[in-house]
Amino acid sequence: MRRVLVADRVATATLWAIALAALLLLAAMIVHLVWAAVGTLSASFVLGDPEFLGLGGVGPVLWNSFYMLFLTALITVPAGIAAGIYMAEYAAEGRLTSAIRFAQEAISSIPSIVVGLFGLVAFVNLTGWGFSALAGSLALSVFNLPLMARLTEQALRAVPADERYASLALGSTKWQMIRHVVVPLAIPGIVTGIILTAGRIFGEAAALLFTAGLTTPSNYHFENLNVLDPKSPWSPFRPATTLAVYIWKVQSEGLGSSVKQIADGASALLLLCVLGFNVGARMISRVLVYRITRA
Amino acid sequence: MSTSTLTAASRLLGRPRFLDRLDLPRRLVTAAAGSMVLIVTLMLGFVAWNGIQIFLTPGSNAGSVFSTAWQPLANPASFGLLPFVTGTLAVTMLAVAISTPLSVGLALFLAEVAPVWARAVVQPALEIFVGIPSVVYGWLGITILVPWLRENFSGVGFTVGFSWLAGSLVLTVMILPTITSIAYDAFRAVPGDLRAASLALGTTRWQTIRHVLLPASAAGVLTAVILGMTRAAGEALAVQMVIGNRPTMPTGLTQPLSTLTSQITLDMGNTVAGEPWNQALWTMSLVLLLIAVGFVLLVRWLNGRRQTF
Repeated sequence: MRRVLVADRVATATLWAIALAALLLLAAMIVHLVWAAVGTLSASFVLGDPEFLGLGGVGPVLWNSFYMLFLTALITVPAGIAAGIYMAEYAAEGRLTSAIRFAQEAISSIPSIVVGLFGLVAFVNLTGWGFSALAGSLALSVFNLPLMARLTEQALRAVPADERYASLALGSTKWQMIRHVVVPLAIPGIVTGIILTAGRIFGEAAALLFTAGLTTPSNYHFENLNVLDPKSPWSPFRPATTLAVYIWKVQSEGLGSSVKQIADGASALLLLCVLGFNVGARMISRVLVYRITRA
Repeated sequence: MSTSTLTAASRLLGRPRFLDRLDLPRRLVTAAAGSMVLIVTLMLGFVAWNGIQIFLTPGSNAGSVFSTAWQPLANPASFGLLPFVTGTLAVTMLAVAISTPLSVGLALFLAEVAPVWARAVVQPALEIFVGIPSVVYGWLGITILVPWLRENFSGVGFTVGFSWLAGSLVLTVMILPTITSIAYDAFRAVPGDLRAASLALGTTRWQTIRHVLLPASAAGVLTAVILGMTRAAGEALAVQMVIGNRPTMPTGLTQPLSTLTSQITLDMGNTVAGEPWNQALWTMSLVLLLIAVGFVLLVRWLNGRRQTF
């Protein structure tokens, strides 16, 4: 009998040790990344232009990351919410629904490098845009869409049935019920989903190597609003290395003596942005839940 | 509201307006969801079409695809994919073998052991683990893991540090949150009555975990492991950065090797569409795609066998 009790103690201690080790590992990684970048993360690094061989800055690639996040959100937020509404409200058992479910699962499992190659054929070559921010955003949309749809579906399903009955009992049509009752109540979940997927888009690199490209025009003039001018930072039709891709590019080319410093600084910056999205998602969802439940 | 009620109502009220009959919102959301089917079909189509080209082009030495020799620049060129398929399997399997006990342990901790405050710390930590971009994992691998292996374990054969083990260790950390969160859901799905019944028989918590909880959630835990495997096999940049990229059959844990994803990452930019080298890379993507679809089917089959309570 004693042996059983000892085994229980040992197992409990082991489980605590695993949890503690995971936390320590995470803390060590974050502290190391931030520590390694302390001397580098200055305004001139974050906002400045890259230099050939020198330290330079990451301003243009950081801009590209946010710009492509915006483009991708422009595509996937409406489409993802719509797809989520279908899955939660309209989908009946049938061939179409099971095909959609399978597609949703398949896209989530397909390696992002393969999505990138698909983008190379479909969005870079067939469209004739070449390596461009738009092609990259479409590739990102490919695997963000099913994610957005799933998160929306979960948020919609969490809306209590009573709210639906109340709406229908007032004589609303199904779409009026969705539009004015179900979706507004699900907004906190949907917004949290948008921000969390934003973190993933922001950090993605493999799907962008062959779609948004490994080069980018720098020396941006933000007053140039002509979206068809490839030199404008607002143009979707220009190559656009993102921050994550830039880290990979810098380390794989290994040119100059500042490689380590650039990659350290850019990694810390990338991590801080992603952490920012994570914290932002929590805070905004808390505020929205408070506002909606109070009303 | 049932359709018949609606029809009855519309009969009373007269013919519904054209726009109502069209039900535009419904069509729009259906199209949005249906677009995912279109995307997958196109993707399968494009990748499959490009992936089989090497077998359709005369003189591309397609027979060499099934060999172990990857010499795209030799004359005659040889495009053996076995080193990469084996490399992907090797790196993935080792990562899953290391990560599974840790992740399942972490999930058990969260589901069964952790007091509320500990769960409130570990769960957000897991979300941060997921959020760390793969290039950052790769960069940490290059700057910390690889030098550490080279400097402390050169005696056992880590001459350069870039190695099978380095790749697997980076993946171990990357798939930890995937396996943990899905296994955690599986444990939570086991009803409390089962635990209570077991504990009422006088078992310890560990006995309950081993003999009740784990068997009851086996299909769910296996699903978690397979999804971890999917992520590991498909990860490109983090692996490419630490694995050493030597296109030979894996020779040992301390030696560099190459995987399907890492070789595509490295070579795609150096090739021209239509040449056999490029076609071989597409064949690799086709293999990756088929692996992914295979895992999806496996997970579906497992879910069908999942015990419901």
